[in-house]
Amino acid sequence: MATLEAPLVATPAPRPRRRPDWVVLSTGTVIALLVLMAVFAPLLAPDNPDYANILATNQGPSAAHLLGTDSFGRDLLSRLIYGVRLSLLGPALIILIATLVGTVLAILSAWYGGWFDRVVSRVADILFAFPGLIFAMLAVAMFGPGLVAPVVALSISYTPYLMRVIRAEALRQRNLPYVAACYVGGLSVRTICTRHILRNVMPLLVVQAALSFGYALVDLAAVSYLGLGVQPPTPEWGVMVSTGQSAILAGHPQESLLAGLMIVITVVAFNLLGDRLASRQKGTVRA
Amino acid sequence: MNVLEINHLAVELPVEGALRRVLHDVTLSIGPGEAVGLVGESGAGKSMASRAVIRLLPAGAVVHGDIRYSGDSVLAMDRAALRHFRTHDVAMVFQDPRAHINPVRTIGDFLLEALLERGERRDDARAAVIALLAAVGVSEPERRLRQFPHELSGGLLQRVMIAAALAVSPTLLLADEPTTALDVTTQSDVMVILDARRRERGLAMLFVTHDLELAAAVCDRIAVLYAGFLVEDAPAGDLHRNLRHPYTAGLLASRPDPVAPRPRLAAIPGRPLSAFEVGAGCAFAPRCAFAVERCHLERPELRALDAGRVACHRAEELAGQLALSPTPGGGE
Amino acid sequence: MTDEPVLEVRELRKEYRVRTSRAEAVPAAGSALLGHAVTRRERAGVLVAVDDVSFSVSPGQSLAVVGESGSGKTTVARMVVGLERPTSGTIMVSGRERSWRHVSSRERRRRAREVQIVFQDPYSSLDPRMSVRASLDESLRLHFDWTRERRDERVAELLDQVGLDRRQANSLPKALSGGQRQRVAIARALASEPRVLICDEAVASLDVSIQAQILNLLSDIRDATGVSYLFISHDLAVVRQVSDAVLVMRRGRVIEAGPTASVLSEPSDAYTKQLLAAIPRPGWKPTLSGS
Repeated sequence: MATLEAPLVATPAPRPRRRPDWVVLSTGTVIALLVLMAVFAPLLAPDNPDYANILATNQGPSAAHLLGTDSFGRDLLSRLIYGVRLSLLGPALIILIATLVGTVLAILSAWYGGWFDRVVSRVADILFAFPGLIFAMLAVAMFGPGLVAPVVALSISYTPYLMRVIRAEALRQRNLPYVAACYVGGLSVRTICTRHILRNVMPLLVVQAALSFGYALVDLAAVSYLGLGVQPPTPEWGVMVSTGQSAILAGHPQESLLAGLMIVITVVAFNLLGDRLASRQKGTVRA
Repeated sequence: MNVLEINHLAVELPVEGALRRVLHDVTLSIGPGEAVGLVGESGAGKSMASRAVIRLLPAGAVVHGDIRYSGDSVLAMDRAALRHFRTHDVAMVFQDPRAHINPVRTIGDFLLEALLERGERRDDARAAVIALLAAVGVSEPERRLRQFPHELSGGLLQRVMIAAALAVSPTLLLADEPTTALDVTTQSDVMVILDARRRERGLAMLFVTHDLELAAAVCDRIAVLYAGFLVEDAPAGDLHRNLRHPYTAGLLASRPDPVAPRPRLAAIPGRPLSAFEVGAGCAFAPRCAFAVERCHLERPELRALDAGRVACHRAEELAGQLALSPTPGGGE
Repeated sequence: MTDEPVLEVRELRKEYRVRTSRAEAVPAAGSALLGHAVTRRERAGVLVAVDDVSFSVSPGQSLAVVGESGSGKTTVARMVVGLERPTSGTIMVSGRERSWRHVSSRERRRRAREVQIVFQDPYSSLDPRMSVRASLDESLRLHFDWTRERRDERVAELLDQVGLDRRQANSLPKALSGGQRQRVAIARALASEPRVLICDEAVASLDVSIQAQILNLLSDIRDATGVSYLFISHDLAVVRQVSDAVLVMRRGRVIEAGPTASVLSEPSDAYTKQLLAAIPRPGWKPTLSGS
């Protein structure tokens, strides 16, 4: 007891950190730009992303093609810009479905407990045993390649994870006296769950959604890279990493590299944002 | 020489980057074998004051003033001296014993650790610890040594903590709300034991509590803290006979009596201020029924009065009036 | 006080099933080792938290249930408001028995207008994301078919009644002190105009000076509204201040009951005497309780 380590008394105070949170600002800006790019792709892209020119394959950057061309002579910049659409849409759908289903199950489990909770938790445990990628491959084998199969498969594999995290928090909220007060106050279970419990797990939900978005994007790109998801010539970053591979040996790595770089930037932006939101909540989310 | 001397102690803690004052001005001394009760409400800084004595403050804390143990400045101690001070001279008993004991080690490991560290022989240390457990009223001490903290009730565990504090034969005991988490009957038992062992060994004690009556029962002197200021320091026996500070009087009047109820409690209006919220004048002035203009403008010095000290501009005038001070109760 | 009791509890009992490992860990020595939660063990695996508790509360009366940790006092309160289901026994409110089978939303809403509760910890008993006004308005909307103006008026009235500034209506709980939050919790409980207000250690975690304010407030509210109190507390001094009658509980059982003044001035049970002797007051010295 007497040996508890304590800092020397007059250590200088840590510098003020507050005000403009540059992590949130910069990652937010990156994400906003990506979304704008997706929405205004036709206006922003200098060229038709599908227009192949056999005479101008694997060109370096030039005035006509700012980032050069791929092995079919298509404008890389245009393909990257159009690629934002599917590359973001896929993970967005996955996260949307997984958080929606996960949150509903989590809150119902936390509220009712008992057999319902046990069944939901066991099913989640079983789903955990399957890696998302294997799921996606199975789904593609069954439903054929495209965006739908891997999105459905990855939604299923992301749901248990989000469900667990949110259930733990919903359970904590459910056991706080304010929820008991609502119950005694005569509020219906639906009102308590939506107006009170859901609202109080919302901050955590946002953080988890942001963090999972990055993983979903990588998983989906991997599916595309393996040729199981979106098919070429559709512009999508995972596909582009894959189709650009053959040109790497010929000394033209730009397609794979640039598409990979876009993936890295996007994932890092979402993860940094999620981490920062999480650490900012640490102090405030407690009731 | 006094065991502990605190002179104009002030503490600032970093909060969101800025330094925030948690203790303004505390001057207090404890003689050998003397027990001083440090009493205050939340935000008064009483725990901070007791922790400052052994330099157990959060990172980044800035301390002003002077703390002397047997004449040596605690703030100036180097690591080795501080360590010796903490392991040999002073011991602490906390409010929540469970938070201060390793849950996966036995009571025996916990109690013997400090003694073995000081190079005592295992058999001697064990015998000493068993004798101590018996002295603090723990039944079957030998069996307890093999038990884990979760197998003991809060009251029993707090006795183990007291035994641990006594085991190192300190000269100064810091007790920070040692009975607040306990049931009243358990609190009474623990206080009997703490009091008896302390007197027996001539230990000096700083007893931190929110309970003025409890402090008055087991301490020689009472020091009342409000919003980071020491506002009164008086012999415990004087407390009910001779009220000098309106805040102390208000605290006593706020507490209901189990035997002689009052039709209405004389509540102090408003809420206890935290140290950093204090304005220019007397910290208590905004809640004080006796405050005059001067109280709001000028901070009262702590000065000697009768057998104690008091920080109130009107202490002399108010003598005798405070006992019957049903201040108008009000909202916050 | 000749009216029929507003709350009547008969032979209330609550058992908890405990894992046998826990029950076996309980040494023969008794309850001292059990820590806080546990009270009395009848047979292995079953813990009797509340055992044969009966009492009644008349309109406008204040009944205190007093006991130390593990006495079962809080379990009694939780059963009365429907947060726990009794193993056996009856709870009658306004002459109507509360059943535990198929309690519909509508029935719960009706019951909410009979009994309300204020909890101990003001920091977790308010929804951190809901303003004071929203909390009160939620209850008013649920229980009364009033216009927005009427509800706003009532919110202001409730705030006045609990001594809060009307300007604080738009604050979130985190902007309020512990005492202020407890006032909000009381206002919220009063919003449905219940006949019985249960205070479950409602002043236990407040500073002494704030505790006195809240105790005075509760007494004012009783005078103004005629509400009855079921006051759960470990503190005999507080109980003396707020109650007309008292029930002393220990290990799930009622060991002494009667008018507060007589029970506390001439306790007949040894445990009540012990409890009383353990309260620090002028001239008090700690003594060994002998338990």
